[in-house]
Order: sequence, then C-alpha cells, then structure tokens
Amino acid sequence: MTQNDMGQAPVLTTADGLPLKTSLMRTTRRHRIRAFLLVAPLLLFLVVAFVLPILDMLKRSIENPEVHNHMSRTVEALEGWDGESIPDEPVFAALVQDLVEGGEARTIGTVASRLNYEASGMRSLIMKTSRRAGRIEEGPYKAAVIDIDEDWADVDTWRLIERESDPFTLSYYLSAVDMRYDAEGNIVDQPDYLKIHNALFIRTFWMSAAITGLCLVLGYPIAFLLANTPLRYSNLLMILVLLPFWTSLLVRTTTWIAILQQQGVLNDLLVGIGLISTDNRLQMIYNKTGTMVAMTHILLPFMILPLYSVMKTIPPHYMHAARSLGARPFLAFRRVYFPLTIPGIGAGSILVFILSIGYYITPALVGGQSGIFITNFIAYHMQTSLNWGLAAAIASILLFVVIAFYLVYNRVIGVDNVKLG
Amino acid sequence: MAVPSYATRGERIWYYLFRVICAAIFLFLVGPLLVIIPLSFNSEPYFTFTDSMLALKPEGYSLRWYQEFFTSSAWLNAIKNSVIIAIASTFLATILGTTAALGLSSRNMPFRNTIMALLISPLIVPLIISAAAMFFFFSRINLTQTYLGVILAHTALGIPFVVITVTATLSSFDHSLTRASASLGAGPVRTFFKVILPLVTPGVVSGALFAFITSFDEVVVVLFVSGPEQRTIPIQMWSGIREQISPTILAVATMMVTLSILLLTTLELLRRRSERLRGLSPG
Amino acid sequence: MKSMKLTTGKTLAGIVGLSLAAAAAQADTLNIVSWGGAYTASQQKAYHEPWMEQTGDEIVNIDRSANGLAGLRAQAQAGNITWDLVDMLPANAMIACDEGLIEPIDHDTLLKAAPDGTPPTEDFIDGSLTECFIPQIVYSNVIGFNSDAFPEDNQPFLMEDVFDVENFPGKRALQKAPINNLEWALVADGVPVEDVYDVLETEEGVQRAFAKLDTIKDHVIWWEEGAQPPQLLADGEVAFASAYNGRLFNAAVNEGQPFEIIWDNQVFELDGWVVPVGKMDKVRDYLEFATDTQRLADQAKYISYGPARESSAARVSTHAETGVDMKPHMPTYGPNFATAIQKNDAFWADYGDELSQRFNAWLAR
Repeated sequence: MTQNDMGQAPVLTTADGLPLKTSLMRTTRRHRIRAFLLVAPLLLFLVVAFVLPILDMLKRSIENPEVHNHMSRTVEALEGWDGESIPDEPVFAALVQDLVEGGEARTIGTVASRLNYEASGMRSLIMKTSRRAGRIEEGPYKAAVIDIDEDWADVDTWRLIERESDPFTLSYYLSAVDMRYDAEGNIVDQPDYLKIHNALFIRTFWMSAAITGLCLVLGYPIAFLLANTPLRYSNLLMILVLLPFWTSLLVRTTTWIAILQQQGVLNDLLVGIGLISTDNRLQMIYNKTGTMVAMTHILLPFMILPLYSVMKTIPPHYMHAARSLGARPFLAFRRVYFPLTIPGIGAGSILVFILSIGYYITPALVGGQSGIFITNFIAYHMQTSLNWGLAAAIASILLFVVIAFYLVYNRVIGVDNVKLG
Repeated sequence: MAVPSYATRGERIWYYLFRVICAAIFLFLVGPLLVIIPLSFNSEPYFTFTDSMLALKPEGYSLRWYQEFFTSSAWLNAIKNSVIIAIASTFLATILGTTAALGLSSRNMPFRNTIMALLISPLIVPLIISAAAMFFFFSRINLTQTYLGVILAHTALGIPFVVITVTATLSSFDHSLTRASASLGAGPVRTFFKVILPLVTPGVVSGALFAFITSFDEVVVVLFVSGPEQRTIPIQMWSGIREQISPTILAVATMMVTLSILLLTTLELLRRRSERLRGLSPG
Repeated sequence: MKSMKLTTGKTLAGIVGLSLAAAAAQADTLNIVSWGGAYTASQQKAYHEPWMEQTGDEIVNIDRSANGLAGLRAQAQAGNITWDLVDMLPANAMIACDEGLIEPIDHDTLLKAAPDGTPPTEDFIDGSLTECFIPQIVYSNVIGFNSDAFPEDNQPFLMEDVFDVENFPGKRALQKAPINNLEWALVADGVPVEDVYDVLETEEGVQRAFAKLDTIKDHVIWWEEGAQPPQLLADGEVAFASAYNGRLFNAAVNEGQPFEIIWDNQVFELDGWVVPVGKMDKVRDYLEFATDTQRLADQAKYISYGPARESSAARVSTHAETGVDMKPHMPTYGPNFATAIQKNDAFWADYGDELSQRFNAWLAR
C-alpha cells in the first residue's frame, strides 16, 4: 500500500472510530512496550549481578584513592613544588599532621601498603614516621622528620608521593604489562628479574592457539564422520562426543591426573609392557603437556559441534560430482569440501580459543609451574599477594582481548547462532 | 559412507585408516571417563590399578571410597549446599530467562541484538574475570560469603543457557497456533497454558537443565564469592585435588559421570519430544 | 545449623530463615577463623571444648586463615564483619593493624597474669606482643625427610645437606613462596644466621640467594597447601620437604611415618590471635580464657608447637594420645633451637611484595 493509495481511499477505521493506521501503531507500540517489559526484569537483574561488577572491576583497575584521601594536606602543600629539591617546611608540617591523624584514625596503613607496591620499604617508612610523628611537639618539622628517617631527605620519596596523589593511576596497568614509572615519572620496562606477566600473556596465547590447533586436527575427522554417517549410527556416536561435554570439568581434570601422573595408569602401562623402566617414568603432568592434553580433551566438543553443524549442510553429491568430473579424492576434498567447511573451522576455532585463554581451573590443577596461564595470576593477586588493583588490571586486559575476539566471532557467525549440543 | 565399488586400493586403505583414526580419537574422548570407574572401586588408597585388580581378584575391589563419601559430613554437607544453590539459581534463571525470551521473540522488541548480546555475555566473559568482578562488587554490598551471593552469581551464569534454548524453541514456534486458539474462543491465559506452554516446555526444561548443571559444576565463582558455609561439591573436589588426592574423589567422579549420563538421556528425550510436537520429525 | 534440613521446594524460604536464625543466635556463637587440619583440632580440644562446656557458647570453626588478611579487607570494606576472632601470622597482623582492620590490644589489662603473678607483658616471649596481636604458639618451618630415602650411615642433618643434591639425591618439596627459601639458601651458602636479613636487604644478597636456589631448582616440587608436604614424603615422591614442624610430628607420631626433622636453621615465628574491629566486647572473655597459662600448655598436648608463654612452657607434658614426651619435639627445645632463624616480620612486610614478584619471575624462567 503506497502513500498515494492511502490518500485516495476512504480512511479505514476500527470499530471505535479510530483510523486503522493510528490503531495499528498503537497496538505495535503496546506490543513493543509489552515485549520490553518482559525482558526488563532480566535486564535489571543482569545489570546488578553482572554488569555493575564488571564496571566496578574496571574502575578498580585505575582507582588510586589512598594517598589522595588520606594525605590530602601533604598533597595540597606539594602543589607548586618544583620536583627537584627537598620540599620546604610547610609540606613537612602538613605531612606530620597527616601522618599523626592517619595514625590515630588507622587509615595511614592503606597508604603505606599502596606506596610499598611502588617502592619496597615505603611501608616501614610511613608507619615508623607515623608512630613517631606524634612526639614532634613543634616546628621546625622538616629537620625533625628527616631525623626520624633520612629517606624523607630523598627527592625520590617525594616524587613518588606526588605521582601517586592523583585519584586515578595507570600504575596497575603498567605493572600488568611488566612496566613501571621510574623515579622521574617516565614509563620504563621493569628490570628483567621482575618481569613475569608478559611472558604469561604470551604463553596463554600460544598455548591456547596450540590447543585450538589440536582440537581442530582431532575434531575435523570426527565431525566429518558424524556428518557422513547414517543418522542412526551418528546419533550413537554423537553421544560419545556429548558425554564428556556434559561431564563435570573437575571430573575430567581428575581423570587426567589419574592417567598421566608418575604413579598413574599410563606410566604403569608403559612400564608394564617394558617400554620404559620404572625409574624413568615420564613426567606428563604438572607441566605444559598436562595442560595441553587436559584442555584439548575438555575443549574438543566445542570444536566438533560447530564443525558438525556446518558439514551437515554440505550435500554429499558435491563430492560425488567432483569425483565424477575426474578429481582424485584428495583433490576433490581440498578444492570442494574443505572450502565449504571454513565457516565451521572459523567458528569452532574462535570459540575454543576464547574459552581456552580464560581457563583457570585446569591449568591450576595440572599445569604445575610451566603450564599455568595468566588467569592463574589473576587468582594469585586476588588471594595471595592481595594486590587487588593489579588483579583488576590484568583481568581487564584479558576482558578486552576476549571482547575483541567475541566481536570477530559475532561477525563470523552471529550470537543468535550459538548452539548448545 | 561405505566404500564405493569403484574405489582404488589406496582409497580402501585410507578408508580403513580413517576409521582407525576416528576410533582412536573417540577413545581419547571417552576413555578417560571409563578408566576412572573401575579405579573408584580400588580397595587400596592408590590412584592406579593394583595387581590384584588386574588379576580380577575380588579382594582388589571394594566400596570403601563410596562408604567414605557417604559417611563424611564434609561431603554430605557439600551435596546439600550444591543442591540448594543449584535449585535456587536454576529456579531464578528459568523464570527470568523464559520471561525475557518471550519478549525477545516478539517481532516488536526494540534493540533486540544489543540486548541479546548483553544477555549472552556471562557465557562469553571468562569465569575468572566474572569471579573477580563479583568478588569485588559483592564485597562492597556485603554479599560475599552468603548463600544469596552465590545464588545470584550462579543465576547470572545460568541465564544465557535459558535464554538461548527458549528463544531457539520460540523461533520455530508457529504463531498461527495462538491465533487459531484465539479464534476458537480461548483467552490469552488459556492460550498460554494450553497452547504455548506445552510447546515451549521442552526448551524451558532443557534450558533449566543447562542452568542446573552450570551451577552444579561451577567452581571458580564459588571459590571467590562463597564462604566456608557454602562449600559445594566442586569446591570440595578442588581442595581435595590440591591437597591430597584420595580415591574418594574418583568415587565422586564416577557418580558425577553417571549423573551426566542421566542428564544427557533426559535432554535427548526432550529434544525428540520437542521435534515430534513441532512436527519436525516423524516421531 | 539444624534448620538446614530443607526440603527442596522451601529452599529460598529456608535460606532467609537460616540467616535470621544466625542473626538471632549471634549472642552466644563465636565465629573463629583458623588454619584447619591438625592445628584447629588442637585449638578445639584445648580451648574451644572447655570454653563451650563452661559457658554454653557455640564456637564455629572457619578454616580461612590462609586467606585471613584478604577476608578481613573484604569484610571491612563491606562494613559488615562476620568473623569474631582470627588466627593470624604476625606479619599479616602488622599490616592489618596498620590498616585499622583489627583492634589494638592492651595486653596487661586484657590477659590473665601467670599463676605466680607475672604480668603478661613479662610472661609472653620477649618481643612477641605487638600492637594488635596476642601470640599463642611458636611454630617452626623446618625441612623434614623420609629416613627410608637415605642409607642409615648417611642421613642428612644440616641445611647444607638439603642443597647438596650429589650426596643426598632425590626431589625436594618446597613452599611456593620466597619466605624461608631465601633465608635457607643464604645460610646454606655460608651466611651467618644473624646476618641473613641484612644480606637479603642488598641486591647482591638477593642475587646470591637465588643463585643458590638455582642449584636445586631442577630438583624441586613446589607445594602450596600445608597438607601436601607430609603427603609427598609419604608417597615417596620427594626425599625432603619443607613443612610446619607440627604437621611432620603428627604424621610421624600418629601415622607412624618414617619422617625425621632437620632442626638446623629452622625458621621459627609466632602465630596468634587478632580481633577484627568492633568485636572486642564479644570475644574479651574468651580471649582471656584461651590465652591463660594452662590453656596454652594444654594445646601442646595435641600438636608440637611451643606455647608463647614462659609460664606454660614448664607445664608442657606428654602427647594426649600416644604419651610421647612433647618437649624434644618443640621448636624451642634447646638442641633444636641452637641454629634457629627468627623470621623478621618487618623485613617481609617491606620486601614481601617485591621479592614475591621476583620469586615468581624466577620460577617462570
């Protein structure tokens, strides 16, 4: 119906006298509102239980409130400081006031912890000075404070305080990629003996790529077999793929420990048939091998299922046609069948890769020293080193990487097409 | 995929070789799960086959680790916690997810793709990141170390599964059925319960099963968000594997494999029922 | 916890009811955080059970001390502290105290004097009472070995032996942390015990420690949970393992394992109570009871950790189950103590962050 037709025809109305067009628009709007209202509770829930936590984590990775809030007088007094010489009396007076007050309110410890991440020894400098500053009755404060510890006569101490006085910081992100601010405030590499995260990021990516490759090599024949076998057999075989998929992650990891450990089933078997002597049992777990084997096993179904759903749509007569036109089987496969499965390869590979770089449990249990991922360091900084800002920064970097791959995945295959078993 | 009669010798060899390769990969997939089942009946505290087990002597086998499991208050408590948390979060996820899926499948839904992407996101974001984020945020609002905190977290993780399965069911839903129902005089409520619900139920149930298994198997988020009162089976397994690995874990693993076989069967039956109801397969 | 028997349909209602019940019972339920395992069991026997009998209070044990500081920070941030008393190491207690997470303590008013009237500040081991911390025990990080792993005429007994892979072959299980390992590496390399922390403060000293650790790196299995080292020794996976001395004692005495302890250069430190902010009134009476002379002496019946009070040390008797004389198993026993290293908490509070990162980087290489 075009505009022109509408203009000439008598206006159609509904039973209550409204023009049909208006009435339809109202109904549509009502439907839109109703649809939205149905979705609203879930949206609200996810915002509170998921989106806000993620945003909070992103905020925490740059948040730096300690010095700004608990040493506010010193920070204010430091404004206009030249950054070259030891600050003057008013700054020291403010410092004493902040440290005494922070000591009484027991807030100065958080400043000490924060600054100690940047320079070892700052904790005891701050705490010692805070305890003794109460005894300084009157000025001049500068001499008295330097008397407590001569690090206060070191310009670098003051540069550090001034740098960390900003309520937001990039320190955690720098730390997450093995860099830091030097005493002058330039961004430089960490010394080699402190570098750790970059190597783990790289390891996470190359091992995930290798795991993805292994899954592809093992998954492709299986998907091919499933797609080209009569339904009644393929359904049965499909169960063999789905069973591990549905089995608890911890159970699957446990089984690999039972099989691969030095006193385990596989080593016993190899010793039993005389392939290796009992003193030379192979170390197949608590290293890279352990992580690779267990994760390939765990992620393999995620490769097989998308491959299968693509192969299922390729009519078998394409291959027959190629053969009858004289192509040898390998050529027919390479030139006809394989190109058609590329979307499945893309979808499966990205899916496996995304899942792999985010894995924590399996590397933690079977990875030992050499097979752990960057995710294990997120947990380490959360639970052991207690540097939550750094944990948040590493997690945020990983999140950005995953989102980037997810966008690619969405481009290739679309969220709506996520299939589950 | 039988060998065609015109196949050359090389092709025949390749055909059988391919079968052998596939068999080996299937062995890699399922073998480990089968290995642990006999191991869990070990009468010795070892993680491997003992000589008397290999000789098939009855004294090599026992139910000792199952007995240990069922008499350990820590494990029983873990079962209770796992069940409470899984049921509560499945319930929440199913209600919220199904309602939302009904809205999403409407042609008039605004910002459909954006919202869909948001609803799926808990599935995409790595668990360790969700766990860290929830730990930070939940500790601000005092939800860590509570049942409620763990349940909310697991609900969020289960929601994508419910949304995906139910929207998939609804996308193949024939809307003329509701109009037919209406023209035959049924009100919207009656239509919902008599027509829509029976057709959607398989999708809802399989979504709920996914949500349940997600919660039941989840360890990373619980590790960070829960307190000692909320120890679940996966947490108990996790600390068991890290501290000292005893065959009790294998007994638990065997029971979990059995559980997954049951779940898988249920899902398969549901899928068939759904296809039959929608007339997609001849039953 | 009786209200926990829920039918599945009433789950949600049950959870709400449970938290209400927990709130109502708050008056006489103490949530005490400790290390779990044999250690919590010894506290249960020596402190908790007599206290519950005396007062009717209920004590809930929470095995969370390994993440004690993280837990305190999270709860303080949420503004709702559910822990009433926490068992903690002094280095973490110092940080928690500085950050205002735990209560300062006036030891002489809070704690009981010794039976002879000696005030607590004189009765507890010198320098062990810090601002927010009440010590219970002296425990020790030692190297244990499986005596079956070596011939009878060649048993190790020095720290150097642990670093000597030629004469004492076999894997070593060490804790995956710089603490203790760096100290041991230095003394095994010839640094006198009293200079260890001075040397570690210098860059050359740290390099020297890591260089020494490099010589055994390929022979080390790193452990993370306190329960692992006795297990690794028992399974024959390792010949040596660093461990808390009480765990080795328990495995040797209760399970009859052939474990021996190398007391040479043991790193000893204290372990004790801290009170989360706002909980002092609730736990005051319990603390007074649980830290008196007799209670600390009683704990030593169940685990081989030395009481932190001098008046208790004299009352240490025999192991409750086996009747073994406990004195020679204490870290503070004369011959065991001769070459001991006292852990320097101030050093680790300052250098812990950086050395941990350096240790991890070293491990990853």
